[in-house]
Amino acid sequence: MTQINQNKRRRRWHIAVFLAPAVLVYTAIMILPLFGTLQLSLFREVDQKQIFVGLDNFRILLGDPRWSDSFWNALWNNTWFFIIHMVVQNPLGILFAALLSSPRLRFSAFYRTAIFIPTVLSFVIVGFAWKLILSPLWGIAPDLMNMVGLKSFFEPWLGKPEYALTTLGLISVWQFIGIPMMLIYAALLTIPDEVLEAAECDGITGMRQFWKIKLPLILPAIGIISILTFVGNFNAFDLIYTTQGGLAGPNYATDILGTFLHRTFFGFQLQIGDPHMGSTIASLMFFIILIGVSIYLFGIQTRLRRYQF
Amino acid sequence: MTSKTLSGLLLASTILGSASMAFAQDVTLTIESWRNDDLEIWQSKLIPAFEAKHPGIKVKFTPSAPTEYNGALNSKLDSGSAGDLITCRPFDASLALYEAGHLAPVTDLEGMKNFSSVAKSGWSTDDGAVQFCVPMASVIHGFIYNKDAFKELGLEVPATEAELYAALDKIKADGNYIPLAMGTNDQWEAATMGYQNIGPNYWKGEEGRLALIKGEQKLTDENWIKPYQTLAKWKDYMGDGFEAQTYPDSQNMFTLGRAAVYPAGSWEISGFNNLAEFEMGAFPPPVPNAGDPCFISDHTDIAVGMNSKTANPEAAKTFLNWVGSDEFASIYANALPGFFSLSDHTVAMEDPLAQEFVSWRDKCDSTIRSTYQILSRGTPNLENETWNASANVIRGTETPSDAAKRLQDGLSSWNDAHK
Amino acid sequence: MNKTSSSLPRSIAAHAILATYTVIALFPVVIIIINSFKSRKAIFRSPLSLPDESSFSLIGYETVLKQGDFFLYFQNSLIVTVASLAFVLLFGAMAAFALSEYRFRGNMLMGLYLALGIMIPIRLGTVAILKLMVAGGLVNTLTALVLVYTAQGLPLAIFILSEFMRQLSADLKDAGRIDGLSEYRIFIRLVLPLVRPAMATVAVFTMIPIWNDLWFPLILAPAEETKTITLGAQVFIGQFVTNWNAVLAALSLAILPVLVLYVIFSRQLIRGITAGAVK
Repeated sequence: MTQINQNKRRRRWHIAVFLAPAVLVYTAIMILPLFGTLQLSLFREVDQKQIFVGLDNFRILLGDPRWSDSFWNALWNNTWFFIIHMVVQNPLGILFAALLSSPRLRFSAFYRTAIFIPTVLSFVIVGFAWKLILSPLWGIAPDLMNMVGLKSFFEPWLGKPEYALTTLGLISVWQFIGIPMMLIYAALLTIPDEVLEAAECDGITGMRQFWKIKLPLILPAIGIISILTFVGNFNAFDLIYTTQGGLAGPNYATDILGTFLHRTFFGFQLQIGDPHMGSTIASLMFFIILIGVSIYLFGIQTRLRRYQF
Repeated sequence: MTSKTLSGLLLASTILGSASMAFAQDVTLTIESWRNDDLEIWQSKLIPAFEAKHPGIKVKFTPSAPTEYNGALNSKLDSGSAGDLITCRPFDASLALYEAGHLAPVTDLEGMKNFSSVAKSGWSTDDGAVQFCVPMASVIHGFIYNKDAFKELGLEVPATEAELYAALDKIKADGNYIPLAMGTNDQWEAATMGYQNIGPNYWKGEEGRLALIKGEQKLTDENWIKPYQTLAKWKDYMGDGFEAQTYPDSQNMFTLGRAAVYPAGSWEISGFNNLAEFEMGAFPPPVPNAGDPCFISDHTDIAVGMNSKTANPEAAKTFLNWVGSDEFASIYANALPGFFSLSDHTVAMEDPLAQEFVSWRDKCDSTIRSTYQILSRGTPNLENETWNASANVIRGTETPSDAAKRLQDGLSSWNDAHK
Repeated sequence: MNKTSSSLPRSIAAHAILATYTVIALFPVVIIIINSFKSRKAIFRSPLSLPDESSFSLIGYETVLKQGDFFLYFQNSLIVTVASLAFVLLFGAMAAFALSEYRFRGNMLMGLYLALGIMIPIRLGTVAILKLMVAGGLVNTLTALVLVYTAQGLPLAIFILSEFMRQLSADLKDAGRIDGLSEYRIFIRLVLPLVRPAMATVAVFTMIPIWNDLWFPLILAPAEETKTITLGAQVFIGQFVTNWNAVLAALSLAILPVLVLYVIFSRQLIRGITAGAVK
């Protein structure tokens, strides 16, 4: 009895000690500046003065076709960008992790390192490299396709509205596939050998073992990568900005929320930055992501946390 | 152990932090700029020339990438960490900085006497009463061509639109060269080297530009649609996969000798001189019919102003006066052929291609890009939409009249003169 | 054992899949590096061939190395990245432990609060952050960058680490408590070693955006003395857009240190991951 009471009394202090450094740095340098910016969405600048307009900026963004067309276009593009990652990047990442985690696989260190390499490169490099490869002038992609007799299928993908976004999505998958792979890999390695041995004794091996035993155990990790992909994609911006420029061409086909926000907030060429409409877009992005994360935190995560080793 | 590493790191970062503040005896002026291409010229020519004349003032040129410049500069100005001297984009971008109190007026500077009112127009308040940047240079649009290729195919320099297409047809039929080196991936080439390059001949330069600002002409008028109709024909003369061809792709395509004609701005000259291994020539945008008066886009492009919160206003003014001097004009124009001085000083230029470009000023009327003054102040932004529309028209995904109508509708939605 | 017989075709298939993807992953990097050693004409004429006697050229590297102190830039990047990483991991693990281990009022809210940071790009706070740094006299210091990157990295680190810490067995910690270990010791002695795989993963995730960031170096520390390598490379690329020898050389110079670092660290990383898995 006394021990438990003592524990309770001590708990208060060390919780604070554990939390304090992170909360302080994070609040001072991230949260305060960010909310300082987000509150701009409730104001508008008229003759160098800020006036309070309530939710009027949101009404304009969603109601005035000059703004809402761009917004819905960016939101839909962003959703497609996210779908590509969920359908291509994460299953492939799980596949690679599953193959790599097999204890008898040779060269696994080499594969693991190689597949992760694109992830450590900067967007500048990734954008430049893929533009070179896909360039109709430079000729690497057309040449390679010619070798396998597919020359006629070559298109200037990045320049066609119907392909550009998908192409960029796949480039992004190429760059970031290392992240789900590593996370799942780490999760697979934490599965205790006893569990797998027990499964093998029951005659569950190979593919069946993966589906029946391993997959349920790595579901929390899959949950994390899904939510990280969601957050990452709805904040994405750099790759499209470096390859397609601030106007996210062709014909805004690659405009996602991040590029739309950046163009509005910081301005582009003759377009002067509008921090108020910019923060309005940012606030909406924030709500979209918040809803997604909340669904995960309150709806999914609590159900996933079942297995403790 | 962790705390040791931690305090070591803290210590290291404080030392590093203070080390960078230790120097500064002379006054040091920092220039903010988007012209990172010019870094070498500033370091090796302009700054030494200035420092030799003005001991005690050191100058640092700190450019950032053009795509980051506006955002980075505005953030730095808002928080007070921007450099002493600010390179100014023309018209509204800089006007907004002046109105927000970031740029100091320079109207009364000694050096400003050397500029005409046209030269100053890009950096004046709407009523022309106050100037806030000292003009540096303008750029002229036209076409650069491969002289060797033209000789090989027996082509004459085209003066009219019909002659241009005849020449392009011949180049295409021959098959050795891509007729036009241009792509639509970056969009701005289509608008700047396409639409704004050939447009003035149709809208009659200043006459049409000013009428558009006043609302007397509309983008749906014939003389504003015509340039789009011409652009729509360019598609057939551009290289395979031009949709994904970027600006550097086009530059390389031309300088490697694979293309015959490059729709250009004069700023390309110095880069092309270093890269091309053939002789280059230039011609102004061809006129619609023989004998028509010709117009060129001679765009006031770059200027430099003073951060109103600079700690060294006197030194900054000394520098700005020097920018207005004939010494600066001559060094700048010769170090960067294709950037033409806006001052009244007569500047002798050595580069033949630059001489060719500047000679058009004598036979054609000059104007500036149609979208820059006043018309890009609202949402949708006319300049951005023009990039988009020009690229769409060249790709053939939007007809010239649809594009014009879309632009006009956008303009009418916020511009009082067009309501 | 029937395991060996059935695993042969399976392992061939595994190798085929992994090797194919390895080629896809490395191809663009290899293209950039081999072409950086070729003359301009050869780059365009035959981009896929290796440099030979006639096409070999170091002109790009000469241009680039003449123009900037790449070694200093590299050093700056390294200091910033390592320092930020240390803070993110330490503070992140502490906060994640508090969130996952203890039940206290507002736990869920605190978790959500600390996760807010992954939902808004920190770039938006630029002006306020810059004002803060100007007030603190930290503009053009590496300290400014370390502070920002620490704040930027924390939310994700806490999010992932607390997720992993929740899966740790309670028995071990309770045994520790019965042995009279303080909460701090339980954290350092028992919990930290167990979450090493997750720490290693978080380290990599945190490191990449810091190393590759362009925006904050440009805003907070653009001076020559504090320039990071990514910013340095970007300036070169802008300066030589048409000179592909120089661009490719600059890109290769920006890739190589990261690759070397990664290859060195990846052994540590994997050792960390596997060490955690041994029970």
